[in-house]
This record gives sequence, C-alpha cells and structure tokens, in this order.
Amino acid sequence: MSTAATKKPRLTTSAMIASIASEGQRTIAAPFGKALVTLAEQRPEIVGLTADLAKYTDLHLFGQAFPERFFQMGMAEQLLMAAAGGMAKEGFMPFATTYAVFGTRRAFDFVHQVIAEENLNVKLCCALPGLTTGYGPSHQAAEDLALVRAIPGMTVIDPCDALDIEQAVPAIAAHNGPVYMRLLRGNVPLLLDEYDYKFELGKAKLLRGGNDVLLISSGIMTMRSLEVANALAADQVDVAVLHVPTIKPLDTATILAEASRSGRLVVVAENHTTVGGLGEAVATALLTAGVSPQFRQIALPDAFLDAGALPTLHDRYGISTDAMTQTIKTWLA
Amino acid sequence: MNTPSDTGLQAKLAEHAYRIRRFALRMGEVQGQGYVGQALGYADVLAVAYCHAMQLRPDDPQWEGRDRFLLSHGHYAIAFYAALIEAGIIPEDELDTYGSDDSRLPMSGMATYTPGMEISGGSLGQGLPIAVGMALGLRLKGNPAFVYNSMSDGELDEGSTWEAAMGAAHHGLGNLICLVDINNQQADGPSSKVMGFEPLADKWASFGWHVQRVDGNDLSAVIAAFDTARALTEAKPRVILFDTLMGKGVPFLEAREKNHFIRVDPPEWQQALDILDHAQGAAR
Repeated sequence: MSTAATKKPRLTTSAMIASIASEGQRTIAAPFGKALVTLAEQRPEIVGLTADLAKYTDLHLFGQAFPERFFQMGMAEQLLMAAAGGMAKEGFMPFATTYAVFGTRRAFDFVHQVIAEENLNVKLCCALPGLTTGYGPSHQAAEDLALVRAIPGMTVIDPCDALDIEQAVPAIAAHNGPVYMRLLRGNVPLLLDEYDYKFELGKAKLLRGGNDVLLISSGIMTMRSLEVANALAADQVDVAVLHVPTIKPLDTATILAEASRSGRLVVVAENHTTVGGLGEAVATALLTAGVSPQFRQIALPDAFLDAGALPTLHDRYGISTDAMTQTIKTWLA
Repeated sequence: MNTPSDTGLQAKLAEHAYRIRRFALRMGEVQGQGYVGQALGYADVLAVAYCHAMQLRPDDPQWEGRDRFLLSHGHYAIAFYAALIEAGIIPEDELDTYGSDDSRLPMSGMATYTPGMEISGGSLGQGLPIAVGMALGLRLKGNPAFVYNSMSDGELDEGSTWEAAMGAAHHGLGNLICLVDINNQQADGPSSKVMGFEPLADKWASFGWHVQRVDGNDLSAVIAAFDTARALTEAKPRVILFDTLMGKGVPFLEAREKNHFIRVDPPEWQQALDILDHAQGAAR
C-alpha cells in the first residue's frame, strides 16, 4: 500500500491549454490578439471570424475592440473557412481562428478549394499546434504542417514566441495571399527579444552560432533548441540554432548555407510528426542541392499520441529540453 | 390570372430559356456528352435569374454593384455558360471550345477561368457557406447587392450546407437567396433514394429561412418566386426550391433513365435541337 510519502508527485492531465513556458520563463498575455487589434486600427479591411473559439485563440480582444468586424461562425469550421473566403472575395482580409486540428483536418477541402485555389487573402491562425495539449489526438495537431504545406500557394508560419507573433501578424497581413499561422495563445513565452532578431516572412534567422551541432527549428522547438544549446554548452558542445519561422516558402538559401558548413551534425527539431514537416522539407532541400551532412530529426512519432500531462508527453516523445539534450549527446557519442 | 405585361415578360423569358437550352445542347455536342439533362431542366431558372432578376453589367462582369451568382454545383457549368452567353457576358462563338484544352469554359466551373463565374464550385456543398461570407461582406460594405447561391439537391447531403443554413439565419442575411434545383437525380440514382431529404420546405423553414417551393419549369411561378424573394424586407435568408424535370423540352431526354451524366448519340443532338426549335416556333 502506498503512502503519501512514497507517492510520486502527480502530474495532472493537462488543461486544454497547457502552458508551454519553461519554469521562470517570461511571458506575454495574448500577443496575437493585441497585435491584431493594433494592426486593425490601421487596416479597416481586417475582419475576424472564429468557430466558437474566440476566447481560446485570443480573438476575443479583436471582437471587443471591433464588434462590427467580428463574426461568430459557431462550431462550424467548414462554414468558418468558406465564409472567410467569401469575405475575402468582397475585399476584406479575414483572420479566421480555431484550433489547428479543426482548421486543417476538419475543414481541409474548404481551405484548399475555397481559399487557396483562388489565392484569397485569408489568414488562418490556429491554436494548439503540434503537441501543445494533453487531450489526445482529437486536439493534437501533430500533422497540421504536412497538410497545409501540401496546398499550393499556402504560406505557412510557425512562430516561436510572443515577439515572433507580434511581428508576424503585420507581416502576414502585408503578404497578399492565404497564410496558415500556428498560434500560441494565452501566456506566451517571450525570449527572442534577447537575440538580435526580427521576424521576416520567408527568412530563417541564425540565433546563435556553434561549431559542433546545427539545430534547425521552428515554433516552440526554437525555444527548446536554445535551452538545449545552453545545456550542451556546459559539456563543451557548441550548438548553433537556426530559427525557421516560415515553413513555406522555405528559406532554402540560408538553410543550405548553414548546413554546408562541414563538420556539424545537422538536427531538425520540430513540434510535428516526422511526416511532411520541417524535417522532411529540410532533408529535401539538402539532398536536392547535394549537401549531405550527418542529419537527424527530432520530431513527434508517426503515431496517434497519448493523452496526459504535457511535460510527460514532451519527455515521452523526445521534444522536451532534457530529452533533446540527451538524444543529441547520444548522437555525438 | 396573368396580365398582358406578365404574358409579355413570360414570352420574353421563354425565348431566353429556349436559347439557353440551345446553347447547352450545342456545347454538349462539342464533347458528345455532359450534364445536358440538368441544363435543360434548369434553363428556366437561369433565364429568370440572368434575364430578369439580377442586376448585372454584361460588359463589366466584376461590377461592384452586381448581384453575385455562385454556381455551387460546378458540373452545371454547361448550363451556366449558356446563361452567360445569353446574358452577353461570354461571346457565343466561344461555346465551340467547351471542355477543350485551354478553353475558358472547362467542364466544371472555376472562378479563375471564366468571366462571370464567381466561385470554383464542384466540391459540392461549398457555395452556400461562401455565400454567407459574401453576404456578410456586402452588408458590412453597405452594398445592397444580393448573393444567389445555386445548388443541386444532392448538395443537401453535405453537412456544410446546413452549417451555412444555420449561419445565414443566425446572422439575419436578408441579402442571401439560395436556389435549389430539385431534379431528384444524383450520381448514384434518385436523390430521394441516395439520401432522402423531404420534407424539404419544412427543413429550411425550421432553420430560419423564408421558403418557397415552385415548379422550376413554370416560368410564371419562377418569376414570381424571384420577385418575392427579392422584395421581402425581413432580415432572414430566402430559399427557393425548384422542382425541375431533367431534359425538359426534349422528350427523349426527359424519358432517359440514369441521366445524371448523359451520352447522346451524334444524330440525336440535331434531333434535340430540332425539337426545341419546333416547339419554340409553335409558341411564338
């Protein structure tokens, strides 16, 4: 019989929106909602649509600021995407929000046919990308990037933190055409302000140099990669981190330039299944260009993922800072 | 009882419908097959839409004040191109290119190919939710144009149709008019057998729509239905359910079974045209 003293601390199954911030991490609340409100003050053509997830995508801030430009579509993602396309056809710039699973899997044909096929100016901003909830496969969008990458003309963004989001919002609005942006909402980590960094659509940015390992990452995995780099520095392993917030179109030139430097292990780290995400995109770019470094992928397995507490799951699937650090040490051994 | 002006309008629209049927048959002949049955059945509705009800400028298909007509059932393109030709938006001599490589008139309608084609239909069930967005957009702009979504009865199977039906009513879209062609025929057989949809008028009414159900091959009824839908002042979306007869006007096509996508023997095209010409000649 177990006693309280012998019980391990219990990690509870995550709330729907689990924090992805590390302990002690600085955060900013609702960077997407705030950035959109700021932008919409200058851009009257911006409208906001959601499918019963305004509060959970931070779009409620836009709805409060511009109630006449906010449209609740109900829990109806096909309607959400098609109606966003219809508003774009009438000259508006819709920002449509839902969870990534519903925006991609549920409404895929509507994104493909209504929005992308006509190159309509719709910005899909989808929360809970990859493995950022413990609710199991119903809510885990482990394959969202693979789906939207496959759509011709779709720009695909995977921001790392609050700064990235704040700068990406006006940047995707300045781009005429459909955009899929992975959304981090709630209290979002802030770290890129410590680097000489600015989001530029279509550009990969080297956040730190290093001679032993090149980590190529997007989204929250850039935050993890920077932590891994710090951890490995203690072991005299010198890790470079290349942040790739635009998954499509891919900044092949920068990736090739960095990956061509000899002697470094190239690791692509992504909060996404091994199938069809950044890892495969980078691998294709390298092979096509005849660049063949030692190459490894840190990604979610091609599997239906477990439910549970997010830290447990990130450890289990190898995308926590500790798990990544150990994995890379193994590869270097 | 019809007034003389009603009779004149009907006669005029009957002439337009006859020409739309003729154009559709001539396009069908180009490919030797096609969704000709639907075109013949829906020609009266299209004639009233394009030659009576809608605001449009044939020389400026993108005119901001135009009424929008969304062809959700993209396979009806052959009927729709015929209406666009009759409305003066597409030149008649282009119908010889129907379905050919590099034509502006592909077999399934696409917005990027054809002037006057508002959407890429064909992935069925997409027109109505797009129409909801366009109607919201027009209202936000203060543009009084109507959005017509034209769809087939088969599209009643699609969940997105009913998402949009709820959404349009929720948002009080009085500038949205949905046209449903009920010819009771879809790919696998009679629509009522594939997925029964009755009682259809009650369904739409229960979703919060103003509903009319009329004989889609009775021009006076079709005209009245369009006029009523446009004149309503209620802030609710309107649907007109048109019961139509596939192949209408060409008895041997009306009688043909399994006629979702029909093949017509080469001599039959001229026979069909002759039948239409003869009937229209007698009516004049």
